[in-house]
Amino acid sequence: MSTVATTDPVLTPAHSTAISLRGRLQDALPKIVLAPSFVITLVFVYGFIIWTAYLSFTNSKTFPSYALTGARAYQRLWRWTFESDPPSSWYTSITNMAIFGFLYVGICLALGLFLAILLDQKIRGEGLLRPIFLYPMALSFIVTGVAWKWFLDPGLGLEQTLHHFGWTSFHFDWIKNKDFVIYTVVIAGVWQASGFVMAMFLAGLRGIDGEIMKAAQIDGASPLQLYRRIVIPLLRPIFLSAFIVLAHMAIKSYDLVVALTSGGPGGSAWLPSNFMYEYTFKRNEMAVGSASAIIMLMTISAIIVPYLYSELKEKAR
Amino acid sequence: MSSVTASTVPSTAPLSQSGDSRNNNTRWIGRLAIYGLLTIFAILYLMPLFVMLVTSFKTMDEIQGGNMLALPQAPTFDPWIKAWGETCVGLTCAGIKGYFWNSIKMVVPAVAISTILGALNGYILTKWRFPGHTLVFGLMLFACFIPFQSVLLPMATILGSLGRFGVTLQNATGFNFGFGNSTVNLVFVHVVYGLGFTTLFFRNFYEAFPTELVRAAQVDGASFFQIFRRIMLPNSLPIIVVTVIYQFTNIWNDFLFASAYAGTGDSMPMTVALNNVVNTSTGVVEYNVNMAAAMIAAVPTLIVYILAGRYFVRGLMAGAVKG
Repeated sequence: MSTVATTDPVLTPAHSTAISLRGRLQDALPKIVLAPSFVITLVFVYGFIIWTAYLSFTNSKTFPSYALTGARAYQRLWRWTFESDPPSSWYTSITNMAIFGFLYVGICLALGLFLAILLDQKIRGEGLLRPIFLYPMALSFIVTGVAWKWFLDPGLGLEQTLHHFGWTSFHFDWIKNKDFVIYTVVIAGVWQASGFVMAMFLAGLRGIDGEIMKAAQIDGASPLQLYRRIVIPLLRPIFLSAFIVLAHMAIKSYDLVVALTSGGPGGSAWLPSNFMYEYTFKRNEMAVGSASAIIMLMTISAIIVPYLYSELKEKAR
Repeated sequence: MSSVTASTVPSTAPLSQSGDSRNNNTRWIGRLAIYGLLTIFAILYLMPLFVMLVTSFKTMDEIQGGNMLALPQAPTFDPWIKAWGETCVGLTCAGIKGYFWNSIKMVVPAVAISTILGALNGYILTKWRFPGHTLVFGLMLFACFIPFQSVLLPMATILGSLGRFGVTLQNATGFNFGFGNSTVNLVFVHVVYGLGFTTLFFRNFYEAFPTELVRAAQVDGASFFQIFRRIMLPNSLPIIVVTVIYQFTNIWNDFLFASAYAGTGDSMPMTVALNNVVNTSTGVVEYNVNMAAAMIAAVPTLIVYILAGRYFVRGLMAGAVKG
């Protein structure tokens, strides 16, 4: 590892004691400069997480209360998960999370890879197509939500347009249907993120050594075999990175549901992040909101921590 | 760049020439299928933007009676003018122009501060390493991935007490020094939770920067800040561009912090104002004005993306792929 030793004997002249104070200051300077950022992270990220975890064990309602009252909030969430009939909004949120997470990550990966492979076939006009697939990434979820809300509105959007074109039996009202509204969130989410996944895969494809491909072709591999047996296995690290990015974006998703469906009929499009916001700031159930936030954090950590650990360990070697 | 295609094409070309014409035909059909699929996808990806744009130039009559894909028969700028200067956000009907400037006032300092701090952190974590630097970096990196819901409440509490401190200062000195100002609050929040990303970008970039240069300057007696200013910064333009674009789009597009800490009142940012315009339940829904407002909210990031999209992608990738 190439490290600049801060206590290099060459750099601290021994002949003067007056300089040594300045020298020591110079040595400590990097740490002094880094310290505020580090302290900010410790306090505002880790300190706040502990604070939120603490609140989840109180019975805070509208205002935080600091008397510990046990894991009542978690018990309520547990009951809402397994013993609620009709389904609670928490149950709806986590079921939606499972549907949304699975489809969003899966479709984005598949579509991203597919588009990247298509674009990698020495396409004329690649420079024009790439930004078209990517621009949704630059938009805010609120704008995406507004655009798709309009597009999927049965009275004005796609359905109406196809009726105009003569396909009068066409029916598409998922955005107003509480059983299907979560799938419209998937559509908008995929539209927004799949271009980015495509860019990641494209960079990966461009990085593959041409010699391996040539050798396989000489051995008579068909293009399909070439991709299935050689290219896709070589892209494994990119699959992992893309999965990490998408999974954590899925768990964090909040604004898309707000803008696209305003939560859906009766909160039927809620994700856990929406549940947290509503319970904390609108229903004055701060302890339950905090508990749900901690559950979200633990879900993300289960995915991110092993990944970061292996990445950093690899670099330190 | 050793591209896949560069190597496959020359090697397949002789094959198809030596083969019969059927081979050539399948090749043509293949090319046609690829271009066809790409075109269809491009149309699908452009559709929402196209519909938004077209709708924002139509009159309400045309929207209700017509087809969303049709071009406006008599293009009008009125919806844009109305969205900018007259539409109602909550109870105030002064358009979204004020909120647009709120966002600018918030984004510019937040981006500047977090970028400078990220550059310094990245410089230290690669060129002035100390025992435990991996742990420090790891902790900052993990902070990028936390769901912000897990820090939302404590931050609200802290910002609330800072606000009360601001009132006290106001009473004592006649000036609140920015305490309790929603824009200042949001700048602070975005700097705090953007630090992880900016540090990550600069660290990955400086990792590849020759340490010998830094060491040589050090031997020549250059100080910590001199090395940063004279050697690191002049060579950092690509990563500065990346970080600025990334932070700009992220902070401009943020909704969660904005609605939690500036969701009401005059200092709400653009995303919150847009959501209020669109999700208002009173009166006739003016779709054309809504679409114009959404376009106005999207324009800054789209411009940034069009001007520097190449860097944007590269930056997102640097963060995502290198971890």
